[in-house]
Amino acid sequence: MSDLKQLKIDTMADFSARGEEPEILFWVGCAGSFDARAQKVSLAFVKILNEVGINFAILGNEESCTGDPARRAGNEFVFQMTALQNIETLNMYKVKKIVTACPHCFNTIKNEYPALGGNYEVIHHTQMLQDLIDQGRIKLKEGGVFKGKRITYHDSCYLGRVNGVYEAPRKVLEQLDAQLVEMKRCKTNGLCCGAGGAQMFKEDESGDKRINIERIEEAMDVKPDIVAVNCPFCLTMMSDGVKAKEKQDDVMVLDLAELIVQNNVL
Amino acid sequence: MLSQIAFASLLLIVGYIVFTKYGRIRRNILLGKDEEISGNTGERLKNVALIALGQKKMFKRIIPGVLHFFIYAAFMITQIELIEIIIDGLFGQHRVFRSSLGGFYTFIISFIEILSLLALIATFIFLARRNLLKLPRFHMDEMTGWPKLDGNLILIGELILVVCIFTMNGADEVLHRMQGAGSYGFAVSSGLGPAIFGGMSEGTLQILERIGWWGHIMTVFAFLAYLPFSKHLHILLAFPNVYFKKLTSRGEMTNMPSIMNEVKSMMGLIEDTGAQDSMEELPKFGANDIFDLSWKNVLDAYTCTECGRCSSVCPANITGKKLSPRKIMMDVRDRAEEIGTHLDKNNLECVKADKKEGATKLTKENFDDGKSLFDYITNEELHACTTCNACVEACPVTIDPLDIILQLRRHEILDLAAGPAEWTPMFTAIENNGAVWQIADDRDKWAKDALNS
Repeated sequence: MSDLKQLKIDTMADFSARGEEPEILFWVGCAGSFDARAQKVSLAFVKILNEVGINFAILGNEESCTGDPARRAGNEFVFQMTALQNIETLNMYKVKKIVTACPHCFNTIKNEYPALGGNYEVIHHTQMLQDLIDQGRIKLKEGGVFKGKRITYHDSCYLGRVNGVYEAPRKVLEQLDAQLVEMKRCKTNGLCCGAGGAQMFKEDESGDKRINIERIEEAMDVKPDIVAVNCPFCLTMMSDGVKAKEKQDDVMVLDLAELIVQNNVL
Repeated sequence: MLSQIAFASLLLIVGYIVFTKYGRIRRNILLGKDEEISGNTGERLKNVALIALGQKKMFKRIIPGVLHFFIYAAFMITQIELIEIIIDGLFGQHRVFRSSLGGFYTFIISFIEILSLLALIATFIFLARRNLLKLPRFHMDEMTGWPKLDGNLILIGELILVVCIFTMNGADEVLHRMQGAGSYGFAVSSGLGPAIFGGMSEGTLQILERIGWWGHIMTVFAFLAYLPFSKHLHILLAFPNVYFKKLTSRGEMTNMPSIMNEVKSMMGLIEDTGAQDSMEELPKFGANDIFDLSWKNVLDAYTCTECGRCSSVCPANITGKKLSPRKIMMDVRDRAEEIGTHLDKNNLECVKADKKEGATKLTKENFDDGKSLFDYITNEELHACTTCNACVEACPVTIDPLDIILQLRRHEILDLAAGPAEWTPMFTAIENNGAVWQIADDRDKWAKDALNS
């Protein structure tokens, strides 16, 4: 669209050089930075931030892994090294508020960094999206591309069960004029996609089935057109599940930020 | 008089068993590491009121929740009658509260009777559910042998208890009428008594009433003495376990200040205190035995009643992996029991090699039987966990199996330098590249590409 604002992604270093401070830091995370599919989510979220005129920055090369998978695998040394490095950087830039599209980064910075000396206000991008909708800063088009589509929402463990955020993402989805259908296991009972606890970086232990297959089968039971997710690792796991079921032509797996961008054709 | 003496002796014996056996369990729980858990008394008491007393989390599954509530409520309210039975037994009285409480007594006993009837129905359903309906969580690998028998014994004990209550009250009702004193007016036994025991001779009724009375109190005593050997300890331990529940975010893994400070000094963030060098022994990381876990972890293990709600929601377990959070809890308890048994026997063969000389007593400090939790729990189980917290969420008495799993993982990675080989590239990439994958691109390449397109 021609009236689209010019895309602008500055780093904290850029802001610092200008002697300015951004409203908020967008913590991109490893997946959002390097995973081809999750990069699209980062881009979608950045487009939204640009569109509503939020003055944000990223850390760029000064960002490191938060250390979540290392810590949960049991490697406290690696966790402390990367976490303390990040806290040094964040404190140097006097960062106060952070938004991230990854529930693992969200959880670690919010709940684990304080014990290491990092205290920030941390929100997940779905919470921010809900706020922006509530404030009328994002106006979703009625009768958009999702009108009448069936959307099922997969709760990630670290946003849902671990941090108790169930409603914000659902409120965002309700605005899409689509039909929100819940899976049998949802909210506090939501089933893990299989990636957490550093499982993303190893093969499943031997068993009857992969966890993401179990979850995608449950999603398929409600016959969705779209599986909505809030986590880059869930995104991978659920997409792999859809492919394994050869349903990629019928079912899309999308992050909430992508849904908003597609609805508003940003 | 003879029965009073018999009763008093029995009470003493049960008291002794309770004192020693429960003391033993307390000792076993405290084999775990000291951990100060205090503060937020208000919030803790609220949790006890809602989760332990109110059974809030049980009702997540409504049918077993309600059935369990019947048994629980009957058990709680029966305590009033139990006090009366003990007083009656010691002082040779009969229904000592009746004259002083009057109509309220009729109400209380009626209430007990109605709840007992509901508990009886619930017990039958639970027995059927455990043995006839093939509910998967009652038929996992860890639920064979003793755990299976244990579950059934408790339910059978429950049946005997209720049958005794109605035998006692029913026969007493008929006797009372026979003696021209009219009906007691208790809700169930005033109808049930005459229907079953009507027409029997006074002598038979007196014997039946006594069988009911003694059977009831003996079952209660047997129950008390049995609890320390049973998974059923949750009826007591659920309360402290909920009270001492972790109140900070589920998302926060316990920090390891020793490692944090070492890394900080490596990074030049703090002065190197040299504390590391002066330590005689290398510090131990994570846990491989009861002594490394917190006492709260061991309390968790003794509180577990093996309901299996955790395992039935565990993504690894559901998809056929070896991990079962319930088994982790049972393993921790069984290991604590094993250590406890060695300590009880003062089995000096279990003294650590370097402390063998001069050791006359086996203690927690010098204990080493060459075994650890890893003899119970395999690496495969630990590696299957996704840390999704479903088990933590599911537990009706706020047990945290995940905390134990993570401490064992820490031991495996930090102390043994073992763990899944596939994790090594991830660790290395974080260390060298600041990302979970070893990728040569700039971290903000995605942004630059987008700006340039």
